[in-house]
Amino acid sequence: MLEAYVPILIFVFVATGFAIFTLIMSGLLHPERYNKVKLEPYECGIEPETDARDRYSIRYYLVAMLFVIFDVETVFMFPWAVIMDELALFGLIEMIVFLFILVVGYVYAWRKGALEWA
Amino acid sequence: MPAGFSAADFYNILPELVLTGGALLVLIVDVLTARQQRGLLAWVTLGVLVATLLALLPFSDVNTVASRGLLAIDGFAFFFKLVFLLTALVTVLMSSSYIEVEGLRAGEYYFLILCATLGMMFMASGIDLITIFIGLETMAVAFYILAGFLKPNRRSNEAAVKYFLLGAFSLGLLLYGMSILYGLSGTTNVRELATVLASQERNALLIVGLVMVVAGIGFKIAAVPFHMWAPDVYEGAPTPVTAFLSVGSKAASFAMLLRLFMEGLPFLADMWQPMFWVLAVMSMTVGNLAALTQSNIKRMLAYSSIAHAGYLLIGVVANSSRGVTAMMIYLLLYVFMQLGAFAVVVMLRRQDVAGDELKDLSGLYFRYPTAAVAMLFFMLSLGGLPPTAGFMGKFWLFSAAIESGFIWLAVIGVLNSAVSLYYYIRVVVFMWMKEEALGSPIVASPSMAVALTVALAGAVVFGVYPRPLFELAQESAQSIGGVAAAVSALSF
Repeated sequence: MLEAYVPILIFVFVATGFAIFTLIMSGLLHPERYNKVKLEPYECGIEPETDARDRYSIRYYLVAMLFVIFDVETVFMFPWAVIMDELALFGLIEMIVFLFILVVGYVYAWRKGALEWA
Repeated sequence: MPAGFSAADFYNILPELVLTGGALLVLIVDVLTARQQRGLLAWVTLGVLVATLLALLPFSDVNTVASRGLLAIDGFAFFFKLVFLLTALVTVLMSSSYIEVEGLRAGEYYFLILCATLGMMFMASGIDLITIFIGLETMAVAFYILAGFLKPNRRSNEAAVKYFLLGAFSLGLLLYGMSILYGLSGTTNVRELATVLASQERNALLIVGLVMVVAGIGFKIAAVPFHMWAPDVYEGAPTPVTAFLSVGSKAASFAMLLRLFMEGLPFLADMWQPMFWVLAVMSMTVGNLAALTQSNIKRMLAYSSIAHAGYLLIGVVANSSRGVTAMMIYLLLYVFMQLGAFAVVVMLRRQDVAGDELKDLSGLYFRYPTAAVAMLFFMLSLGGLPPTAGFMGKFWLFSAAIESGFIWLAVIGVLNSAVSLYYYIRVVVFMWMKEEALGSPIVASPSMAVALTVALAGAVVFGVYPRPLFELAQESAQSIGGVAAAVSALSF
């Protein structure tokens, strides 16, 4: 049974070896000519205004969390839609139940002021 | 409907569906009512729990497998669901005044209590590794938040972070162990696991998986040496949450343990019995010795709860139908005595007194004789003195051990009970023989009075007349013992 895992073991060795090899080689070969622009953190080309280690509003956290929840919901709906004809009415009802639970959470977050920005 | 599912599957999880709907209802009621009417939430929560209880009652004689072999709806699950609902009911009853004093958000609090109960119910009836794990996760996540519910309180924050980190780590261990068991057997169904693994040769990987599962569950039941989180979390968490955690979470984890080991791995008993023997002895000894020196009641009860995990493990080591019965009886009695003791501690919390130090109990008898006498009963019961419920529970546990030939284990258990009496009686000494403690008067709200009465009635009545409880537990234990016996007959 264990022999079946030998390819995976080889794969692990090759992957690790490749990473180490590339790091060492680029460390040996690359030219070191730094300037101010080069040392800045890369942020999609926009010039950073302040240091990244700064306090920011806790609301970002809440919004990010809500975003993730509804993002995952959408991800969940795609495979459901693809096999909708197999699941038929049962699948539709299950999805309505799922959405209902999410909507309750959404209404709760809304009424509690999680979406207010002030 | 997909193949394998039917309308009966929805009927079989009716109590869980009611509870889920009820939890959502609590959230909706919370956002729709004004801040002054939040007292309503406790009533809604109680209503939900009673409705769930009523939905559960028709299942007392059912013995079936539902949802494509994910859930077992049997006597064993019924008994434990009863225990969880009872625990949640008493916890909610004792919470309302505490929430007011601490100024907590009631809606989220009750919602999380209901979610934790839901998770426990799935842990008790799950017979699939994944179902059991998701039930455990549902319960654990709710408890992580509940432990940190006193937001401005540093100890509460510490409790939440510690519980979350160690809990996540232990869940990881458990999941890893489960994945190894799955890898060896090719099935996640606990009952199929038993038949598949019984026909295979034992190898080192199986032992690794077994040890990881034992360690993961050891964290959840707070058995030594996996107990380090318990005292800090119990001390920091809001007191009603501590009560719920120490009874509900423990009972659910023991239900999971019994499902996994009695139904899933009975043929490995010669391997896990010694492990649990060591865990039981260490939990009893370390728990009781550490409890001796505590000055904080919640910490003391935490160590006492560690010791009780040790007593309960005796029933696992016995590995017999009698052992399972004894554990189930003890867990139900533990609901009454442990929740009762915590109810008194919750009552001590007033506007100006934290009420969790032993000295806060000083002279309680002279000002509040009823509360002091109730506490006396709970302490004697936890210590296991006749004629209280704790004595009956310990009697069955130890006799199950002796019947299975673990005489030394029973002897160590009895010696430990004797040691434990010192710190239980010390509470009584404070209540009767010390000067009265200062502080504003203690007021027992009506709901608190009901909670105390229920706990006291359970601890006293079942100590004197345990027969109905014994019969219920014996009948419920059959559904799990029967499978174990059938499988061991098959493998030899």
